[in-house]
Amino acid sequence: MSNAIAQQRGLGAMIWDYITTVDHKKIAHLYLVAGGLFFLIGGLEAMIIRIQLMQPESEFISAGLYNEMITMHGTTMIFLAAMPLIFALMNAVVPLQIGARDVAFPFLNSLGFWLFLFGGLLLNVSWFTGGAPDAGWTNYAPLSTTSPGHGVDYYVMGLQISGAGTLIGGINFLVTIINMRAPGMTYMRMPLFTWTSFITSVLILFAFPALTVGLFLMMFDRMFGSAFFDVTAGGNEIIWEHLFWIFGHPEVYILILPLFGAFSDIISTFSKKRLFGYSAMVFATVLIGFLGFMVWAHHMFTVGLGPIANSIFAVSTMAIAVPTGIKIFNWLFTMWGGSIKMTAAMLWTLAFIPSFTIGGMTGVMLASAAADYQYHDTYFVVGHFHYVIVGGVVFGIFAALHYWWPKMFGKVLNEKLGHIAFWPFFVGFHLTFFIQHFLGLMGMPRRYWTYFEGQSLATGNMISTVGAFLMAIGTLVFLYNVVYTAIKEPKASADPWDGRTLEWSIPSSPPFYNFKQTPLVRGLDPLWIEKMEGRKGVTPAEPLGDIHMPNGSVLPFLMSLGLFIAGFGFIYQVDNNLWYIAVAIGMGLTLGSMLTRSLKDDLGYHIHKEDLIEKGDGK
Amino acid sequence: MSHEDVLNPNQLPHDPEKATLEGKNKFIGFWMFLGGETVLFASLFGTYLALVRSTSGENTPENLFGLELVFIMTMLLLTSSLTSVYAMYHMKNHDFKKMQLWLGITVLLGLGFLGCEIYEFYHYIHEYGFTFRSSAFGSAFYTLVGFHGGHVVFGLSWIVALMIRNQKRGLNLYNAPKFYIASLYWHFIDVVWVFIFTVVYLMGKVG
Amino acid sequence: MTERTESTSRYKIDIRKKEYKEEMVHQVTSFTLMILFTFIAFGMVVMEISSYFVKPVLLLLAVIQVVFQLYYFMHMKNKGHAMPAMMMFGGIVIAIVTILTFTSIIWW
Repeated sequence: MSNAIAQQRGLGAMIWDYITTVDHKKIAHLYLVAGGLFFLIGGLEAMIIRIQLMQPESEFISAGLYNEMITMHGTTMIFLAAMPLIFALMNAVVPLQIGARDVAFPFLNSLGFWLFLFGGLLLNVSWFTGGAPDAGWTNYAPLSTTSPGHGVDYYVMGLQISGAGTLIGGINFLVTIINMRAPGMTYMRMPLFTWTSFITSVLILFAFPALTVGLFLMMFDRMFGSAFFDVTAGGNEIIWEHLFWIFGHPEVYILILPLFGAFSDIISTFSKKRLFGYSAMVFATVLIGFLGFMVWAHHMFTVGLGPIANSIFAVSTMAIAVPTGIKIFNWLFTMWGGSIKMTAAMLWTLAFIPSFTIGGMTGVMLASAAADYQYHDTYFVVGHFHYVIVGGVVFGIFAALHYWWPKMFGKVLNEKLGHIAFWPFFVGFHLTFFIQHFLGLMGMPRRYWTYFEGQSLATGNMISTVGAFLMAIGTLVFLYNVVYTAIKEPKASADPWDGRTLEWSIPSSPPFYNFKQTPLVRGLDPLWIEKMEGRKGVTPAEPLGDIHMPNGSVLPFLMSLGLFIAGFGFIYQVDNNLWYIAVAIGMGLTLGSMLTRSLKDDLGYHIHKEDLIEKGDGK
Repeated sequence: MSHEDVLNPNQLPHDPEKATLEGKNKFIGFWMFLGGETVLFASLFGTYLALVRSTSGENTPENLFGLELVFIMTMLLLTSSLTSVYAMYHMKNHDFKKMQLWLGITVLLGLGFLGCEIYEFYHYIHEYGFTFRSSAFGSAFYTLVGFHGGHVVFGLSWIVALMIRNQKRGLNLYNAPKFYIASLYWHFIDVVWVFIFTVVYLMGKVG
Repeated sequence: MTERTESTSRYKIDIRKKEYKEEMVHQVTSFTLMILFTFIAFGMVVMEISSYFVKPVLLLLAVIQVVFQLYYFMHMKNKGHAMPAMMMFGGIVIAIVTILTFTSIIWW
């Protein structure tokens, strides 16, 4: 009895700890758990879609519910699963890789997470309040502006809130990487994962404001009677498409770039070689980031922008294949002649290279504007973007999780189970999506609820659904592995992979202040340099001294909660003006918390030198 | 650096806004934010320019806009930009009282601007029946100018809150970065206004 | 010894104050020019000069004003502003592309 109470208090204390934490490693855990949960929800939606399409003229779910499924699957996977999982990795790894004790804005870091979470929750509440958004993840007007019910309103408010969180997270990582690097860690000595996180953050900074404006316009049109997308009052729907894709295309590079970085680190670690063409890799990353902004209209070839605009965007799109090709070859050359160790992380990485290359080639096919008139809105497009997003982003997340799991949780994921999870997922992935290219070429349009017997689409769809089940099995094995590892596996050493970068120079999992003494970086792959010179650890750059740490705070949680409440108010004030009370309460909570943050001094605290020495002796 | 040093108003280096790591972070981070805001306002300007011809009835830019009020607003905001420069000048010279004084003047000028804007909107709605809902042009106009007005309100509240909070304890290394980035924000509001009066009002009047 | 360091630091402060003063002169000059440009801009519109001439000139004046604002009022010309300048230019590039799009291909 008393034991149970103690345990309860322990649990309560832990929850409070996580709600108020500003430690980047704990925020990484939060991002991972929340993003993982949304990944499972999105995966469940995908399974329902595949079951519906398994047979011709299936009535497994209604057409309306099917629209909600595809909308929520896309939105959830992009905004609520992939983005936070990437932020989980960035939070867990970037400060360690650059030898920092924390991020630049620990408070904003926590705010970014809670905004994302409450935005995601708001979006998913729509399932229980009369229907989820049903206008596709791209939410094109006028389909979205005329969609009945409140589904699309949830889309607008949910994404607005979580988008603000992402923007804050992006700025935080930019400043962290600019200002918090350890002595000697010049830009051209940063590990590739840090580099790609940096470029991704730049893309977030410039892409998300366009989404913010687009969502505001959509919100005004749906809730306050403005006429941006209302043609009868002189509006123009193409504005939404442009704003959405000015954000949306950089978004796909935001997703893939950090994982390019992770793959680079993994390949060089498990090939026991320095990354081939480091500076070319950095240059390619920057170039992809820049070109990523100049290609958005390739999503709109069939809108009728005219041949000149279409040609410009076709050429710039194809140009992206060049820096991406540089990367592919550099990875291959890194492995060439290396002593390759086939860990689970490496397995996912090796699977990524051909899978992503296929996605890249269909991308160049789609970039040809004239041909795109045939491919547009067919399953060919669905096949293409799943090849890059699953074959690139999801494979990358699995690889990176296997690789950095010891740093995040102090234990190495079971390798055998890792291999067992990989194979069904890998085979299932190709089974699901390869056939979809052909379904598309045979004329199957995307987003259709069903198809008829005798259109020769049944076999292909059946194969695709079988593949989806295999992917689900792989995911379940991975989840089992997580639980198994937590219970059975022993504690990991500081450097289980014989790593090359700074994160492997400190214990797994690291103490909350990361580095007892800030390390001195003497070149690319700093830990490897020290190892080659026969030293055990990295040379410190400073004598042991007091460490300054930030205080935890509950304010980020409250600010986000306030916006969550206000979100409901905005959605329902259309029906009843009394809902403005919710807007007032929510905004009051948010602005009040902001004022408190601004006025109350928060100087943090110091860990004293003596305490550090004691702890050091204990180890 | 210990907490006492950070909060001590008598020990200030030159450039107090960038003397601590927190200050440097705030400085860089806020500039990044302004880079993002540039894209935000560009999207709003783009939308406005795309919809500026989507008028209904007599309410076109040529007929609506009066240049006198806009001129006064421009002068108020431009001058407030200079007064906040003065405030930062005194901050760098560690003269807290004068900094507060100039910030106070900045706030007054900002309030004057805001009053004019509210009067302008009121005037359009009641004299011309030109509202947020009357045409796509109306929606775009009020959204663009309203977003700027919202920034003015936020900036004013921010500066006033900082002034009241630090009235008694003076300038220190903890609040100097806050004052500095608040003034950056205020300048950025002026940058946006330069484009609003040029693109919306003057070019609208030219037709 | 202490006296001497005190006097050198006082000397340094004086130099710094002088620098701030000089900067102030620049800032007041740019303010005067900005006011002047504003007068020119409004004057041209009031005098109803041909719009083919007025529009580009108006835009040019606005750009110059913003450059003054960014470089002198917001100190972007000073040391330690490389990263801010890069980010502002990044934002400006995206901004120009966005506005170009919205003024060209949106009604096709």
